[in-house]
Amino acid sequence: MKDTATGKTVLLTIRGLTIEGRSDETWSEIVKGVDITLHKGEVLGLIGESGAGKSTIGLAAMGFARDGCRISGGTIDFDGIDLRAATKDERRALRGKRIAYVAQSAAASFNPAHRLMDQYCEAPVQHGVMSRAEAERDAVELYRRMQLPNPDEIGFRYPHQVSGGQLQRAMTAMAMSCRPDLIIFDEPTTALDVTTQIEVLSAIRDIVAQFDTAAIYITHDLAVVAQMADRIKVLLKGEEVEEADTRTMLATPREDYTKSLWAVRSYARPVQPPVTDAVPVVSVRGVTAGYGAVDILKNINFDIHRRRTVAVVGESGSGKSTAARVITGLLTPRQGEVLFDGEPLPSDYRRRSRDQLRQAQMIYQMADTALNPKLRLRELIGRPAQMYLGLQGKALSERIRGLLDLIELEPDAYIDRLPSELSGGQKQRIGIARALAAEPQFIICDEVTSALDQLVAEGILKLLDRLQSEFELAYMFITHDLATVKSIADEVVVMQNGRVVEQGPKDEMFQPPHDPYTELLLSSVPEMDPDWLTRLLQERRNKAEA
Amino acid sequence: MSDIWIMIAKRLALGALTLLVISVIIFSATELLPGDLAQAVLGQSATPETVAAFRRELGLDLPAYQRYVNWLFGALQGDFGTSLANKRPIADLISLRLGNTLFLAVYAAFIAVPLSLTLGILAALFRNTVFDRAANAMALTSISFPEFFVAYILIFFLAQSGLFPSMARVDPSTGFTEALYHTFLPALTLTLVVTAHMMRMTRAAIINLLASPYIEMARLKGMKPMRVIWRHAVPNALAPIITVVALNLAYLITGVVVVEVVFVYPGLGQLMVDSVSKRDFPVVQAVALIFAAAYVLLNLLADVLSTLSNPRLVHRK
Repeated sequence: MKDTATGKTVLLTIRGLTIEGRSDETWSEIVKGVDITLHKGEVLGLIGESGAGKSTIGLAAMGFARDGCRISGGTIDFDGIDLRAATKDERRALRGKRIAYVAQSAAASFNPAHRLMDQYCEAPVQHGVMSRAEAERDAVELYRRMQLPNPDEIGFRYPHQVSGGQLQRAMTAMAMSCRPDLIIFDEPTTALDVTTQIEVLSAIRDIVAQFDTAAIYITHDLAVVAQMADRIKVLLKGEEVEEADTRTMLATPREDYTKSLWAVRSYARPVQPPVTDAVPVVSVRGVTAGYGAVDILKNINFDIHRRRTVAVVGESGSGKSTAARVITGLLTPRQGEVLFDGEPLPSDYRRRSRDQLRQAQMIYQMADTALNPKLRLRELIGRPAQMYLGLQGKALSERIRGLLDLIELEPDAYIDRLPSELSGGQKQRIGIARALAAEPQFIICDEVTSALDQLVAEGILKLLDRLQSEFELAYMFITHDLATVKSIADEVVVMQNGRVVEQGPKDEMFQPPHDPYTELLLSSVPEMDPDWLTRLLQERRNKAEA
Repeated sequence: MSDIWIMIAKRLALGALTLLVISVIIFSATELLPGDLAQAVLGQSATPETVAAFRRELGLDLPAYQRYVNWLFGALQGDFGTSLANKRPIADLISLRLGNTLFLAVYAAFIAVPLSLTLGILAALFRNTVFDRAANAMALTSISFPEFFVAYILIFFLAQSGLFPSMARVDPSTGFTEALYHTFLPALTLTLVVTAHMMRMTRAAIINLLASPYIEMARLKGMKPMRVIWRHAVPNALAPIITVVALNLAYLITGVVVVEVVFVYPGLGQLMVDSVSKRDFPVVQAVALIFAAAYVLLNLLADVLSTLSNPRLVHRK
């Protein structure tokens, strides 16, 4: 079928797609009439916050609905095949062969029981596209094109023996195994560090271009989609907001919602002047620590002052969270010590006094797992207030209400709710209230916004900022997201492989000259410019040649 | 690979230690029973002299720890002493019975394990269908009735008509196929008793995995439902399945007293019960030790196999 307007061949046509999801016993619409037209070799970016229905739509393009979901209306036409009318077997014959899928977390989506090669060969062999021997040769070729190290040998490893970024590339190679006409990329780089993300993005882009494969690229990250997609469709709560080609969309978004998504990155709080003379609230002195015989932290030093935010940045495995464990006394360092208000803290939390414990609180990345699902908010927030401050009865109740007010949740409406009755952002607010309930001087925020949508994350950052001014709090802000660092930090500590490679006031950190590693981190943060990735790769190639 | 051997060696050492502790408990338990063994055997009419002589003959005049050491070293060399009831060496007495018990256990396992795994996998594949419900209901029904009741029902339907013998008489001269025929009903009874547990565990372990991203991935690669279960879910569900299979195998060896009695089958369970009622303590001790060893060994085997089924433990980074 030719598209008369553009002259390109249409591959996928979705019209008026509605999908229903079941919660308890009732079905409600989660995708409300979405249209998609995708041409051969074209990449369409689907973007939106969680709950926008991006993944659900992506899967529907394969004629697939997850358990608890059903496609309830509209048409899905893939290259002349009506996917809704097709039988189960007809749909199954398409999946993996003509339409392939790349999942968000390759680490979870590769079967831990089988070697990469067995999983690669499964689709081509089972669909009768190639023999096992051909598929193996082909795999090595694709691994090489995806720039995986040791392409001849890597297929014979199990998933747990391969790093996250390599697995993501191996999964893209696997999706390519039958040379499909269409690949659904479902947030393929969301779980990766920025430096790894670049390698995966460029590998995906090259291979999609080489085989002229059409793709639906799903992400919540605008800067990423700007690098990958020819056209962008913005979704909100199961409905299309607007669609345009990438450059138009970035330059002149029409709708207010799109503009608000674009605006998030501009939030920044005023920088506080550096403190030099006062005694720091927390001082980490020459800490070396690790598990077993391995040192995760190697001679770490940094200070955190009252009313200041120190952002600790680094990739996964750099030792950020281990540093937090040492400060909280969960891990006893081999060398060095932690001072609180100038006084050394016992290295083991069991030997710290209740007051010492009260002074340092934590907020966690996954509010879902950090809150006991069986307790109501009254108990979740009340317990620390009761345990550390000895509040009882009316005083306790007043305190809980006061805290809910502080985190901008209406006390009467929320005090008797369970965590399952809250949204992700609200859960994280409860995590904040629970930390505040102890009336600490110092709070460790461990990737508190990484699991949240940008708009929600911004709300959390603003709240933390306001609370800091109000209660003179000192924050240690652990993150791998440099945009967050830009918006909230006063000082920055950059960590790599358990060492501090650079530290100082934020303004200095974001100005050259940088330590080479900081430079790599900074340059790896995707920018909204659609030419950013191409330019960056070219620059790096030039530098490598020079 | 050397990690695995170290793990196996550690588990073996731990198993041996467990058995040693159990042997102490078994020995002390029989020691704590009231009454004098020699008196009990010789009866109230025996003169103090004959009792004393008998005690010397049995070594009962020695202190307890010395008797324990002698007993343990004997047992390690396969010499469990002599039966008080009929003066025969216990090793001879047991070896025949142990062979019978193992024969029946293996026979039942050969039916029960494939049956319950197949049913469990099919129930997971067709979950919440009529087949799933029927398989679950039948398995639960058979496990809910006492063993002797299941046995009598089978006798009523299959032995009354003369299809199978109701008495499972075997002796060393019985041929293999004949033995299979004679012991069919007890094997079937045991199968019905153990299937439910293994089947439900298999079903639950597999269903538990069906929500994982790699199962969704397999489906999105267009794999057939049976292949998704067999190739993608089962290998990851092996550890819990192996554990429950091992527990049931151990039960087949040590827990079959009732079935042996109903079918008059000369196994270890019957010997144990007889010896308890005859106060034949050396035999009771020996059988208890064998039962304990069966449990420890099967669980050890299950641990090792579970570990081997997990590539993360076999192939380190």
